[in-house]
Amino acid sequence: MSDTLKVPTMAECMAEGRQPEILFWVGSAGSYDDRAKKITRAFVKILNKANVDFAVLGTEESCTGDVAKRAGNEFLFQMQAVTNIEILNAYEVKRIVTACPHSYNTLKNEYPSLGGVYQVQHHTQFIEELIQKGKLKVERDSAFKGKRITFHDPCYLGRANEVYEAPRELLKMLGVELLEMKRSRKSALCCGAGGAQMFKEPEKGDKDVNVLRTEDALETNPGIIATGCPYCNTMMTDGVKAKEKENDISVMDVAEILAQSQNL
Amino acid sequence: MNYLPNAIFVVILILGIGYFAKNVKKLIRNIKLGKDVDVSDNKSERFKNMAMIALGQSKMVRRPIAGILHVIVYIGFIVINLEVLEIIIDGVFGTHRIGLEVLPLSVYGALIGTFEILAILVFVSVVIFWVRRNIIKLARFWKSEMTAWPKNDGNFILYFEMVLMVLFLVMNATDTHFQELNSGNVVSQFIAPWFGGLPESTLHFIERAAWWLHIVGILIFLNYLYFSKHLHILLAFPNTYYGKLQPKGQFNNLEAVTKEVKMMMDPNADPFAVPAEGEDEDMPEKFGASDVQDLNWVQLLNAYTCTECGRCTSECPANLTGKKLSPRKIMMDTRDRLEEVGKNIDANNGEFKDDGKQLLDDYITREELWACTTCNACVEACPVSIDPLSIILEMRRYLVMEQSAAPTELNNMMSNIENNGAPWPYNQMDRLNWKDE
Repeated sequence: MSDTLKVPTMAECMAEGRQPEILFWVGSAGSYDDRAKKITRAFVKILNKANVDFAVLGTEESCTGDVAKRAGNEFLFQMQAVTNIEILNAYEVKRIVTACPHSYNTLKNEYPSLGGVYQVQHHTQFIEELIQKGKLKVERDSAFKGKRITFHDPCYLGRANEVYEAPRELLKMLGVELLEMKRSRKSALCCGAGGAQMFKEPEKGDKDVNVLRTEDALETNPGIIATGCPYCNTMMTDGVKAKEKENDISVMDVAEILAQSQNL
Repeated sequence: MNYLPNAIFVVILILGIGYFAKNVKKLIRNIKLGKDVDVSDNKSERFKNMAMIALGQSKMVRRPIAGILHVIVYIGFIVINLEVLEIIIDGVFGTHRIGLEVLPLSVYGALIGTFEILAILVFVSVVIFWVRRNIIKLARFWKSEMTAWPKNDGNFILYFEMVLMVLFLVMNATDTHFQELNSGNVVSQFIAPWFGGLPESTLHFIERAAWWLHIVGILIFLNYLYFSKHLHILLAFPNTYYGKLQPKGQFNNLEAVTKEVKMMMDPNADPFAVPAEGEDEDMPEKFGASDVQDLNWVQLLNAYTCTECGRCTSECPANLTGKKLSPRKIMMDTRDRLEEVGKNIDANNGEFKDDGKQLLDDYITREELWACTTCNACVEACPVSIDPLSIILEMRRYLVMEQSAAPTELNNMMSNIENNGAPWPYNQMDRLNWKDE
């Protein structure tokens, strides 16, 4: 890509003797997964546009341990957590924002009792706050105005932490036609990736969870399926392909929709 | 005066309540087989949850049809049971409708009238419940775990309630004195004509029979509870009180692991140090759970509270896509195994003798455990704050930390995290490459 992103690392900031306000926790998916990297870049464009004073850990970041914990490996989880907390505390991090609901949940809920106490936000909450505080201006007249978009609630954002409105509010600000699936918010159906399922074949059954969830989404006849989680994104993208709808329907993160709508 | 009926009544009452008390003691003993867990925090929030969820039925009505019918049966159950007070006093002292003597007729009539209206509403609701189960055959009542006893148990309770309501109304309808007062017989006045023409003595016999069967039926019902899924009418209250207060996504951090990890990370720790006296007693003999005694007592209380409604299973993504996992079955298996352990203890003078069985594999299979997406749909769906997910997680912990028995792909994922700090086999030094791509 031609446009360069401004992505300072905590180490660089420290060398310059300054303390960034926000740590952007990229997460493993956001760092390595080709599809998720696009979400990461879209979010950074928004951060740059709003002149947010942030930094990333870069090569000092390591897996939060979420997936190990949910697979039952508490040792590995706590090893990861304690290592990460040591680094975060050394940099005196106060606020963290992440585009991954799994990182969000773990950092916010499971790190404090291990010594890592931070104010943690999901990127949709953070962007909503930027807009409310006037730090980010959003043009309502965008390419997405009137577009039929349905939002799939990630389990670890929705049910797990009861964040239902921030992503929806952002979509509404863009003037999209927001469509609700029959199962949404509290009763939303999982995409099938949580609890370490992302990394294994599903057990024997008569259908894959992501296909069932994609069918929920297709019932709303959307142009775009929006979500706020890199894992959900993968699962829904695969689901759309399984339904042979990839030419009609795209799966996008709310941050990508927002960045694109503002031509970032 | 003949005191025989009073004596018989008192004996039946003592037997009925005594046997129930004995089983309640056993129930508490079994629940206490679980590990201790500190739930003494946030009392006011806990009381609020109990008031809203158990007393206020707030989560029941999320499914309006079942919810409203359930509220009717629930209110009927509580209110009509005031009548039991009169029955007990009458039974013990040989009086007849003591309420008429101590209350003004208008008040008594209003009370009985309310009971009668509720009785007919309960009857109709229970019939609809029966139809939903047996004629419409709602999917969640016909899953594979709902055969044999669990299926019959569900229907027995409905028959019980139908019979009890009919007995109450017949008792009032055949009480000629009560019908002559014409106060409070709002429903029974329409039933009374069915018995028209019968001689006074026959009517009296029917009235007495209905009275006795009603109270004996209630005592049988009370004692049936312990053996039934219907325990929720009592346990929903403590269960919602002790329910999880943290965000649903927050899983507990095992303290024993924290100690080990902190020691491993501490550069000053002496790996060959002899533990100070008493220190190693904190180490659990086992990580995670392979049997019911490894679970905590709130999880065991959860198992006894489950009324097998299947709302959890009907929202479970794994179950919806044909996998073996059913959160309801997790709870039913936990209770069944706990009962088995309890009986084992009873049979062996208060001590558990290894029976070569455990919750894992003998009840809950690994295939079920690995099918869970930890999405919390089951926890959200439960109307009485049961957390099947926490049991699934404890059992996964046992499989992974005690047996290294995770599926191969997950072992690969975990060694990736150990080696390069990501679940995929990428170099940690490449973590920031996305910036320039």
